[in-house]
Amino acid sequence: MSSALVRVASLSKQFGDVRAVDDLNFEIAPGRTTALLGGNGAGKTTTLSLLLGLLKPSAGTITLFGLDIERHRYRILPRMNFSSPYVDLPRRLTVRQNLAIYARLYGILDVRRRIAVLADDLKLGEILDRPYGQLSAGQRTRVVIAKSMLNEPELLLLDEPTASLDPDTADYVRGLLEQYRKRTGATILLASHNMSEVERLCDDVLMLRRGRLVDRGTPAELLTRYGRRNMEEVFIDIARERHIAIGLDDGDSA
Amino acid sequence: MSSDLYRAQGAGASLRRIGALLIRHLYLLRGSWPRVLELMYWPTVQMVLWGFITLFLVNHSSWLAQASGVLLTGVLLWDVLFRGQLGVSLVFMEEMWSRNLGHLFVSPLRTTELAAALLSMSLVRTLIGVGGAALVAIPLFHFSVFDMGLPLLAFFANLIVMGWAIGLAVSGIVLRYGLGAESMAWIAIFAVQPVSGVYYPIAILPEWLQWIAWALPSSHVFEGMRAVLIDHHFRSDLLLNAALLNLVYLAAGLAVFLAYFRIARVRGQLLQIGE
Repeated sequence: MSSALVRVASLSKQFGDVRAVDDLNFEIAPGRTTALLGGNGAGKTTTLSLLLGLLKPSAGTITLFGLDIERHRYRILPRMNFSSPYVDLPRRLTVRQNLAIYARLYGILDVRRRIAVLADDLKLGEILDRPYGQLSAGQRTRVVIAKSMLNEPELLLLDEPTASLDPDTADYVRGLLEQYRKRTGATILLASHNMSEVERLCDDVLMLRRGRLVDRGTPAELLTRYGRRNMEEVFIDIARERHIAIGLDDGDSA
Repeated sequence: MSSDLYRAQGAGASLRRIGALLIRHLYLLRGSWPRVLELMYWPTVQMVLWGFITLFLVNHSSWLAQASGVLLTGVLLWDVLFRGQLGVSLVFMEEMWSRNLGHLFVSPLRTTELAAALLSMSLVRTLIGVGGAALVAIPLFHFSVFDMGLPLLAFFANLIVMGWAIGLAVSGIVLRYGLGAESMAWIAIFAVQPVSGVYYPIAILPEWLQWIAWALPSSHVFEGMRAVLIDHHFRSDLLLNAALLNLVYLAAGLAVFLAYFRIARVRGQLLQIGE
């Protein structure tokens, strides 16, 4: 039995004629931060949705915390959380009301204290009593990240977590994610198009193209393998199919 | 995850999750008085309209003269069915409009708990809407539907359960076919109005249509209502029929909702759905 916190085996998802995820195999060890990279339509969001149980796989299995997500969804979900630009929160409710509702959904004991801690961590103090719909895109992103941390998840899935943040706030959020992982030992899987974010935060990188895992490794390994100076150049190499075959298409997992 | 963050799991946690969703929609009502007013608006307008029609007809119809409140009670009870269904569908669509379903479905909230929250909120909305109209009728027409006593409670319970069943099925259809199908929430219930005998006895329907009518819980309720108001007799047989039919309807409504939820998971609609 593997000690991996996330274990994906032969995972596929078909939408009509489109194979959005094609025979994915990978594992993520506890406490690691892993980037899921790929161009638009590579299958990142579909993979995250499958891991969250929002989508039913066409084939394959997903095991989180040693439990099959299809059979033990409600034992797993309290231990994880996510943020995504594709999902919103009720706009007419204030930030505090939104966080309070989700705190109750996750069974948080002291809702007020938890919101106060997160408001402090994510600098939400001034906007706590403003309707979520009146916030800027960056402020909303911070609120959704706060929602994703309400239950102090052991597994945090983030879809483009800093996409609409200004450089200063994005840097602050990255620092917060680093601290969060250090403090809790959480496992983080994030989909991002920001390569400096990946280099700073991630221990491992999974590269997807057309739903397939085409490469993986630590950022340092990938830079060495491709002979590049930064992850952006590696990303372009892989997106333009100049990747170096390492046998992953045969179902290799690390 | 630190364990001191959490309450105990089990039934208490389940009720807490249902309560959380209920609070979410109560926040919405509390923050918008036009929403509360809208809940009472149509039931009150309907009640006033049919109140004046009753005042006119009571002097021109020997049948109505026997029980002047029969039309008004029919209007108010019909609104229980309509608002009960609309309450479920609209509250569900509110989550779709706000693109919030993805967050809800990755929280520990179970689909059955979501359904329970929808039904609870529908009850709140129906009590505000129809209750408000019923109170207005007292000074305006010197008519109180509450004078019916316990039978009113039985009629209310059966009609709102039927509304819930249809509301759950409609919510499932909207989840499956997207917000393009949202007009279903407004029109679906009116398909059963002509055969429910809201304003006239089932006996006036053609015989083949009476078979359909008796398959609806609402027809038994409205016949029972007339028995109370005209014959001053409570028909427990009709109540029992309505309750048994409602068990089937509610199970079917929930089954449709859960089935379409499963289909939505297969088709990837939970994350993408919205305005």
